[in-house]
Amino acid sequence: MKSRSEWVHLKKNSELLLLLMPGALLVFVFSYLPMFGTVLAFKDFRYDKGFWGSDWIGFDNFRFFFISDNAWLITRNTVGYGLIYMLLTTVIALAFAMLMNEMGKKWLRIHQTAMFIPYCLSWVVVSYLALALLDSSNGYLNKVLELFGMETHMWYLETKPWPYILVSAYLWKNIGFSTLVYFAGIMGINQEYYEAAKIDGASRWQMATRVTLPMLSTLIVVLLILAIGHIFVGDFGLHYFIPNNNGMTFPTTDIIDTYVFRALRVYGDIGMSTAIGVYQSAVGLVLVIAANYVVRKINEENSLF
Amino acid sequence: MKAKFAPGKLLIHLLFIFVTLCMIVPFILVISISFTDESSILDNGYQFIPSDFSMKAYEYIFKAPILLLRAYGVTVLITVAGTLLSLLITAMLGYVISRRDFRYRVPATFFIFFTMLFNGGLVPSYILITQYLFLQNTLWALILPSLVSPFYIMIMKGFLTKMPFEIIESAKMDGARELRIFFTIVLPLSTPALATLGLFISFGFWNSWFPSLLYIDNEKLIPIQLLLVRMLQSLEFLTSNSDFVNQFGVDTSELPTLSARMAMAILAGGPMVFIFPFFQKYFVKGLTVGSLKG
Repeated sequence: MKSRSEWVHLKKNSELLLLLMPGALLVFVFSYLPMFGTVLAFKDFRYDKGFWGSDWIGFDNFRFFFISDNAWLITRNTVGYGLIYMLLTTVIALAFAMLMNEMGKKWLRIHQTAMFIPYCLSWVVVSYLALALLDSSNGYLNKVLELFGMETHMWYLETKPWPYILVSAYLWKNIGFSTLVYFAGIMGINQEYYEAAKIDGASRWQMATRVTLPMLSTLIVVLLILAIGHIFVGDFGLHYFIPNNNGMTFPTTDIIDTYVFRALRVYGDIGMSTAIGVYQSAVGLVLVIAANYVVRKINEENSLF
Repeated sequence: MKAKFAPGKLLIHLLFIFVTLCMIVPFILVISISFTDESSILDNGYQFIPSDFSMKAYEYIFKAPILLLRAYGVTVLITVAGTLLSLLITAMLGYVISRRDFRYRVPATFFIFFTMLFNGGLVPSYILITQYLFLQNTLWALILPSLVSPFYIMIMKGFLTKMPFEIIESAKMDGARELRIFFTIVLPLSTPALATLGLFISFGFWNSWFPSLLYIDNEKLIPIQLLLVRMLQSLEFLTSNSDFVNQFGVDTSELPTLSARMAMAILAGGPMVFIFPFFQKYFVKGLTVGSLKG
């Protein structure tokens, strides 16, 4: 009987299911099928033997990776950069969005447009902009340093400056977008709250901390939880193109994503690069679930699931 | 809110003027470089005001425009086709999971958003696309894998959840069926969201270099971003190995490499920067990130 009633439901929802189908199929093929492909991490993949025919080798791929020095290095870099990007973006974008709310419409548009322009560009194009600044012989930055009588640098051959360069580049490109998302959130807050606060004699600062921030908290938390999952997924374009894929900078620029790409395209090591990918996805998943768990303990309303 | 003059306001304005300058200045530098004479660059380095104005970089690029035009063609094609398809699918998925009366809403939502949390990684996708779907060296490899983005579906869903359900109910009362409701009522009412997402999605396709880096070897299918990547690498090669290249009778000093590079970057990035302001008015309305909860 139960199965029959389910059939009725299916029929009733059939047209909505039809709308769902093409997208669901794409998700299945391009997102779920590769998940099954992670078994390659436990195989010695060979193109001639194929996916099914390659030999099982257990955890060897993982072992080779984890005993190398690279494992620690790229994990540290990925997590370090991920955390800095996440925290700085959230704090700065929130601050900008709230300050923008205090501004006249005309100016708002100008600043918003300017801040958003870098987001429209690819990392490849941005790497050309970076080159204009950082090029060792002609770059503008070295010229300025020279002007002030300071030491010039061969930026692309040094390791130390890269954390600053990468963080600046990340913020430069992405802060406009994040600010916009938070600003849209602020615009979505019902004006009545502000009017009520005004009647109660709240100052601008009090309105910001007592109305805007609490009303945005769900949005902030959702974006933070998702960002935490991304801590382990680095920004490939940023870390590949801005340092020009230059081996000299790897100690401070290499992240899991660029490492996997090299392992796949340069060394052709399918098994190990899959294993690193699995490591990356699994840790990312654990991080999201843990973050969500913590949030749920504090305030169930704000958790993602 | 009344605009009153206050020191706090002034500070905010100064801050944002500074931020805006930081955003714009690198572009001005690159545009200047692209119009600077090569020898002047070698003497003075990059400058904001070219000491020797020259159009050589652009002349050099447009001397053999076929490469550039073809790359533009590929990029425009995947951007237009990809954006339209992706928008349609994003709207359909976002709409269905925003319907509170859809029986399979919770599993469908989970099915889509789980991919935000876990994925197979680069290599299994690579093997799937090259070994099983045979999409290597086809434009489909640049379009299909990027059609569905959970984040955009989340934005679409957030927007649609705010749409009054009565509209749909009354249409149903009038005997309209789901597909019709979607295409004739929901889609037209979603213009702000569609415009915003359409712009983001088109950025994605226009700027995409990763799939082409992985899947495209055929010279005829190279999109503009990959052309830019290759140009960076090959010019690097030509200038850093000039002795080696000179043996073959190529005079590297004739190549306007430094300025041509920047000119190429402008040609690749320009269109997106240009069309963006036209869509800006939809932004705040369209960007309502709803919560994920089902």
